[in-house]
Amino acid sequence: MTTHEGIKPLQPGPAHGVATSWTHAPYPALVADEAGGIVQVNDAAATLFPGAVPGTLLDDTVPGWLADAHRGLARRGGGDGVPGRTVSGRHGPLVLEAHPTVGVDGGVVWWLTDDTDRLLAERALRHEQERTAFLAQASTQLLASLNVRRCMEVAVELAAEYLADAAVLVAPPNGRHHPLAGCVAGQAPEHRMIRVDPAEVPGLSEALQGFPPVPSRWIDPASLPPWAVPDGFEGRAGSVVVTPLPGHGVPAGALILLRHGDRAAFDAAEEVFAGLFAARAGAALSAARLYTEQARITATLMADLLPPTLTQIRGVEFAGGYRPSQDTERIGGDFYDVHPAAEEGQETLAVLGDVCGKGLEAAVLTGKIRNTLQALLPMTGDHEHVLRLLNRALLSSRHSRFATLALASVVRRGGKVRLRLTSAGHPPPLIVRHTGEVEQADTSGTLIGALPHVRATTAHVELAPGETCLLYTDGITEGRGGPLGDVMLGERRLSATLAECAGMPAEAVVERVQMLATEWVGGNPHDDMALLAITAPNRAQLTAVDGRTPGRYTA
Amino acid sequence: MTQRDTEAGAGRDPDGRLARARTELWRAVQARDEHAARLAVFGLLDGGATAESALLDVIAPVQAKVGAEWAADRISVAQEHAATAIHDRIIAAMAHRDPPPAARAARAGAVAVTIACVDGEWHALPARILAEVLRGRGHRVDFLGAQVPTPHLVAHLHRTAPGVLALSSSIPTRLPQAHTAVTAVQAIGIPVLAGGAAFGRDGRYARLLGADAWAPDARAAADLLDRGVPRPFPAGPRQVGDDLPHLTDQEYTLVTRNKRQLVKNTLAGLEERLPGMQAYTDAQRERTAEDIAHIVDFLATALYTDAVEVFTDFIGWTGDVLEARRVPATALLPGLDVLGEELKDFPRALDFLARGRDVIDARDPRPPIPLTGTPA
Repeated sequence: MTTHEGIKPLQPGPAHGVATSWTHAPYPALVADEAGGIVQVNDAAATLFPGAVPGTLLDDTVPGWLADAHRGLARRGGGDGVPGRTVSGRHGPLVLEAHPTVGVDGGVVWWLTDDTDRLLAERALRHEQERTAFLAQASTQLLASLNVRRCMEVAVELAAEYLADAAVLVAPPNGRHHPLAGCVAGQAPEHRMIRVDPAEVPGLSEALQGFPPVPSRWIDPASLPPWAVPDGFEGRAGSVVVTPLPGHGVPAGALILLRHGDRAAFDAAEEVFAGLFAARAGAALSAARLYTEQARITATLMADLLPPTLTQIRGVEFAGGYRPSQDTERIGGDFYDVHPAAEEGQETLAVLGDVCGKGLEAAVLTGKIRNTLQALLPMTGDHEHVLRLLNRALLSSRHSRFATLALASVVRRGGKVRLRLTSAGHPPPLIVRHTGEVEQADTSGTLIGALPHVRATTAHVELAPGETCLLYTDGITEGRGGPLGDVMLGERRLSATLAECAGMPAEAVVERVQMLATEWVGGNPHDDMALLAITAPNRAQLTAVDGRTPGRYTA
Repeated sequence: MTQRDTEAGAGRDPDGRLARARTELWRAVQARDEHAARLAVFGLLDGGATAESALLDVIAPVQAKVGAEWAADRISVAQEHAATAIHDRIIAAMAHRDPPPAARAARAGAVAVTIACVDGEWHALPARILAEVLRGRGHRVDFLGAQVPTPHLVAHLHRTAPGVLALSSSIPTRLPQAHTAVTAVQAIGIPVLAGGAAFGRDGRYARLLGADAWAPDARAAADLLDRGVPRPFPAGPRQVGDDLPHLTDQEYTLVTRNKRQLVKNTLAGLEERLPGMQAYTDAQRERTAEDIAHIVDFLATALYTDAVEVFTDFIGWTGDVLEARRVPATALLPGLDVLGEELKDFPRALDFLARGRDVIDARDPRPPIPLTGTPA
């Protein structure tokens, strides 16, 4: 740090020529006696403390902290050869370190070094570390949500808290309106959807097109339109930065940063830093926008493929349950549908099927089969005929997959429910009698979409109140698991569980079987599982008790 | 939602109308008489009771009683499911009858709240009741139902970005899945309000798993939401071990991963030890294997949470269930012993098994009547 070439002259010794050289040393040094009187000052020290000439007092000529340190050392008494403690303090704009050397006579040589640059460097480093930490933290928070609104909120919250006093994020227009998010430091962010003219804010329309930001000093804060200042921003803005949010290929919007008039204006380094933050916010917003767009497309395309919600139709209970083979997906190769009868006394068609294969490709084919069946509804008086037409349609399509189906035409007659049941290569439906007996419907047929000719026989079944007919796919019975981990669930266990379901509402039967199958497979991989329960209501009829007639039961 | 609600209900039931409705509803669901069940609830509403009171002071306690009566072997599984289905339908009809006024949905302080059951959790009724209570209080509710796989939940929350996720779980063995859901949802900046029997009577497991809030019942949850639940600070992805450092001993991982073999070996060990088992039918053997698998599941959950009560509570409850069915609770002991031999290198598991044994040993030999419990 310091060159100590000047120490020698104070030690008694012969080298007198060297002894005076310290007076020309590049580092300030001064000698003071026990009482605080200055004895000698070198050139550098004289420049630093112009009043400090030999004969004056330290108290009058050097900063207080140095005079105090000297007093402390002198009080301790000299000559013990122990180097004194280094002290430091300010002198004008400088930060000095003073290293004392105590002589035998109680006098002290003070060697001074200028520490200002090191401190500035340290401060700059700390500042840089804080910025890096902030950017890392900002990235974590910005990337947490793939929701566009939430992402905008986080961006303006962070910007208002750490970069400015308030921030407004202007997203690209949605139609004629721009989504805006604004935030004042310490307050909750808010959203607006308004028609704005970006040209009203200098640099904003350029930023929205992805051009580089205009320098902050070009923007007159007084010219800001009201929409560019968030509600709750007290007073007037003193300085403004407009910076683009670069997205993935397309601009993700622009960020307006505002500072109060009583705070320092944005300097060039801060503008650069705002740009770094904006780059992260822009990337996060683009990802969120892309995800939202994809999710919207998927939801639209999938809407028709999702299993429908079932309720009671014309005095018959319907309930369905569906679980795709992969938990990350919501659709698969199993499906069910219920087409309600147009009029009382006509048949409602319920269908449950299983397309060979899993996942999205299988789901797309289920959509085709469901559409085709919808078109064939007028023909459902003859199940075999419907299956023949469907078979022809599937054979002529470019899909090489085949499917199995179970059809049920359902109508209520008095308290009972009549069913026509047809299985096309599908596990035969199970009938749960109120006695707890479980029967298989006597129907069988070939699968469809594989052979040029199909045939099928139809079973006629009648359900008394509390009895249920269950259509299910083989994903239920062929699931492997159980307490030993590798046993197939099988029809025997399914029937045993169904035997307990006599008299239960359709939803309860579905829930019971779903629980059985899900708990059986546990964490094992499994096929798609679908089931559909058709139940003749137990006793009191729900259509009569819809709960919409207040006061009816107050007797 | 058990005894506490009933007592709370008694406090705000000066003329005994709620108690009468509970009795009527209980009789109706026992007889699977949906019509009578509706009469009980709708009569109460016609008499001026609030929907919240009907849900929390009548339906919830009766549903709790259904579970307790099953444990005491006084009703069958089928009756339990039928009762749940009837309650579910009544709640749907209530929502139909008195839709919450749309104007109240926009009230100040309304929170957008999504309600979901943990992956593998079938008991949707408590969550359903919460959904209706919160709707009644003017919050915007998105009810996802039972058994929501965590990937679906997270995808849904990215799309909708609600203010809070209310996560429901009744079965303690779902706690590891609940933990996955809590961390995943918090990582996208949405706070989690945990509720349901699985999180412990005092919510200790909700705290353990790092949930932002916990409520003992739907009323408390609604009050909590009225006060607001702050967003979690997304501190970057969290690892399981950050919350649960004891997992580094790998006991949970190994027990869970080798569960199949563990159950098989324990079953074989039991057959050696109990000559009577030679005469078991396949169905009986399977039921025994199921019981062992249950014990292993609860043991694994106790290892996951490092909470011995998860295991000892289950053993105590199973003892009650067994004795209600005229099987001595000591029938559990050989299974615990054989499991102990299989897990001799797992000190935490051995300790838990020993504490489970203590629970059986300390039991009054006279069969008690179980009061509350979760249907397995």
